[in-house]
Amino acid sequence: MVMGSLREETQVVVIGSGPGGYVAALRLADLGKDVLLIEKRDRPGGTCLLEGCIPSKALINAVEIKEAALGAEDFGLKFTGMEIDPKRLRAWTDDVVQGLSDGVKGLLKRRGVTVIQGHARFTSATTLDIEGGEVSGIDFEQAVIATGSSLNRLPAGIVQSVWSSADALKLEAVPGSLLVVGGGYIGLEMGLVYQGLGSDVSVVEFFPRLLMGADYDLVDVMVKQVSGRLGEIMVDSKVESIAETEGGGFDVSISHDGATVEKHYDQVLVAIGRRPNTDDIGLQNTKVKSDGQGFVITDEECRTDEPTIFAIGDAAQGPMLAHKASREGKVAAEVIAASDAVFDNRAIPAVVFTDPEIAWTGLTEREAEEQGVAVNIGRFPLSALGRARTLGRTDGLVKVIAEPETDLILGVGIVGPMASELIAEGTLAVEMGATLEDLLVTIHPHPTLSEAILEAAEVAAGAAVHINPPRKVR
Amino acid sequence: MFEFILPDLGEGIAEGEILKWYVDEGGDVIEDAPLMDVETDKAAVTIPSPRGGHVHALKGKVGDIVNVGDVVVVIDDGSGEAAAAEEAVAHDTFAHPDEPAAAAPAAEAPPAAQPGVRRPVPAAPATRRLARKLKVDINLVTPSGPGGRVTPEDVHRFAGQGPSAPAVPAAAATDHVPARAVAGDTAFAEFAAHASATIPFLEIEPLPDFAVEGPVEVEKLRSIRRKVARKMVTSMALVPHVAHMDEADVTDLDAFRRKEKERRAGGAGEKLTLLSFVIKAVTAGLKEAPSFNASLDPFREEIVYKKYYNIGFAADTGRGLVVPVVNGTDTKSIVQIADHVYDKAVRAREGTLPADEMRGGTFTITNIGPLGGTALMPTINYPEVAILAMGKVQKKPVVRDGEIVIRKMLPLTLAFDHRIADGADAARFVAELVRQLSDPNLLLLET
Repeated sequence: MVMGSLREETQVVVIGSGPGGYVAALRLADLGKDVLLIEKRDRPGGTCLLEGCIPSKALINAVEIKEAALGAEDFGLKFTGMEIDPKRLRAWTDDVVQGLSDGVKGLLKRRGVTVIQGHARFTSATTLDIEGGEVSGIDFEQAVIATGSSLNRLPAGIVQSVWSSADALKLEAVPGSLLVVGGGYIGLEMGLVYQGLGSDVSVVEFFPRLLMGADYDLVDVMVKQVSGRLGEIMVDSKVESIAETEGGGFDVSISHDGATVEKHYDQVLVAIGRRPNTDDIGLQNTKVKSDGQGFVITDEECRTDEPTIFAIGDAAQGPMLAHKASREGKVAAEVIAASDAVFDNRAIPAVVFTDPEIAWTGLTEREAEEQGVAVNIGRFPLSALGRARTLGRTDGLVKVIAEPETDLILGVGIVGPMASELIAEGTLAVEMGATLEDLLVTIHPHPTLSEAILEAAEVAAGAAVHINPPRKVR
Repeated sequence: MFEFILPDLGEGIAEGEILKWYVDEGGDVIEDAPLMDVETDKAAVTIPSPRGGHVHALKGKVGDIVNVGDVVVVIDDGSGEAAAAEEAVAHDTFAHPDEPAAAAPAAEAPPAAQPGVRRPVPAAPATRRLARKLKVDINLVTPSGPGGRVTPEDVHRFAGQGPSAPAVPAAAATDHVPARAVAGDTAFAEFAAHASATIPFLEIEPLPDFAVEGPVEVEKLRSIRRKVARKMVTSMALVPHVAHMDEADVTDLDAFRRKEKERRAGGAGEKLTLLSFVIKAVTAGLKEAPSFNASLDPFREEIVYKKYYNIGFAADTGRGLVVPVVNGTDTKSIVQIADHVYDKAVRAREGTLPADEMRGGTFTITNIGPLGGTALMPTINYPEVAILAMGKVQKKPVVRDGEIVIRKMLPLTLAFDHRIADGADAARFVAELVRQLSDPNLLLLET
């Protein structure tokens, strides 16, 4: 068999094996479909598993343990001689990633899903070519685009030898000083990792605030906590140029409010968002339509304008989040298998693994303001919560956003330890159409952080036990 | 771009007719300035513009019916990408279409009125899936859960409903009928076949093309007219009507009324009408005969007796028939009733009477008298069970103590729901009315 001359036939082809693609493939197989999965990389898992969520959380965990140990001095625990072995940490992170990727591989194998390596490009509504693998092309009945997204690079003309978040995750070196370009969640998470590993980390953000998508009150609590750990936080500032210096490191020119400053950093990490991988997959040979930013336009059944082709995850419109991709993967699979499903979710939780963590779901306070929606907001500070005190972590708050007349829970926002875990209850509440009373009468275990959600709901309902009612105005 | 969606107008109103645009396509609009007048089943509403900017597109012409949730106008507010947003509108912005200034109350309305904003119907994911499975639009389901949450039972109930079931009023069935049926229209044929299948011998044929016979003029069935049509068909289809007629000698009452009215010129009761006395007498009668102040629930097989007395009166407004309601007539004096009737009638004619002053009635009186007529057969204002019609007061020769004398006689017709009351009940009720109205002193003593 000559390399690249083999054509395969299948009922459904899924392009991309990230948290959207592999989930779609598994569900399709379970629903009796003959499925081929195409992956460009040498192993399944996509950005999330291989160079995103999973390795970054492994690193963040290590750093948080270190921070917790340092913070434990207040309650009589003194650690001395703590050493960080980046090589060991890297190996452990690699093990975590490899173990999970092998797990996905095993799941696919047991379900009878064939994985083909290569870069797929559509040649028609029912055919595609594959470059770089044993199989040259596939004839399919239906296809799912799950090609994910790639990191945005700095504009041409600016030196490209800086780190991307993927480079930073490789943990090849711990620079003495690090500039993080981009104050979004990736930049902040990785910045805090390197700070924990010993770098002097500064952050520069083009917009006037860090984490532009999140509610300000949540971000403010986090910024207050991390500002002690980070060097400079430069918002409303633009990177004009980055030049590699001969002695190593980078000279960076940053403008703010008309003034430009020159600074030197040992390393620069660029984390300025992601763009969908849809420009080189042969969409021009199909009727699939994309919006101005390259996101494929789909309906609530994840169908594109080409009847045989579906799109999910980062490649499609909507927030670029693994859990949104997985849900869409299931919807697309079920629709293809003629089962009844739509993506009609009301709440897609967003989580930022800073320290403290930030998480929100459903309607945010800012969205309510922008849309002119009247909302009733109950806020509860962790400083009033028993469990937060015992953890020595009172840096946080929970807010529950409800519709004034019906008490329907429209959104929940959390900043604090374990916000990423706590947000699940809020998401369920919004998704179920729960009211404040539903939360109020649900027993929350004591003493836990989850009680803060109950307390915030009580504040919104005007029935708070553990904080004093607000002083009446007028 | 900002897509303005017709907001919830309250009172379960789902649609309205565009009466007027205050803006033109291509023109500019100022935030909070009047945008459009929409006439609903209940009244005309001036809707202010939620945004300022350039009017990119109007999504309807004057005379079009628009649904709550439809995009009605696209405003270029400089926000770029079009994002459908639903803006709240104060529920009480009832204003006459010819008075753009009347939009002012909208701007002053408290922000608390904002929960009119529509968002996806609250329902658990499994319930939404059930609705899809049963091919039910979950947005149309009447919710029974807290906060307006739709339960699986609600979806099942909705799915099981035939065209004659209770929670789908005439509206649902009407939606399948084109505004004017013409031969060859398949939607009409389907509806006619469906309706004919339910009632033996019922045959609904498409209307002939009258234009063949001679010149015709076609007018759209407008909101209030259409609402009346629905209510009347519903009432006549559901309620077995029986009428009982009599005449009341109002000679003395009329003399008393004229004297009092004159005396009260410029003060309370200056608009003392015969109707006010009849309302009081009817209220007294209803206390004696609770069957006529009730409703019959045919689905639960229950009679609901109302222990409150809210009397509606039919008012001709030029835009159609509406029924303002005077609440608590058992606790109001005749003078107070007269003032309320006058005030509500004036506002109903202006189109400024809010919907909540036209609901909650327990009994209706229609006073066709001033326009003439010896007798009429009124249609019950469903789900009420009785309606009293007043004819024209006329001087008539009547026999009193063996002599022919001239008296002022008021023809009365009580139409009632025979399911809930019998002819004898009606006879007693009307006889009592006749007795009360014949002597103003009795009204004083007994009501």
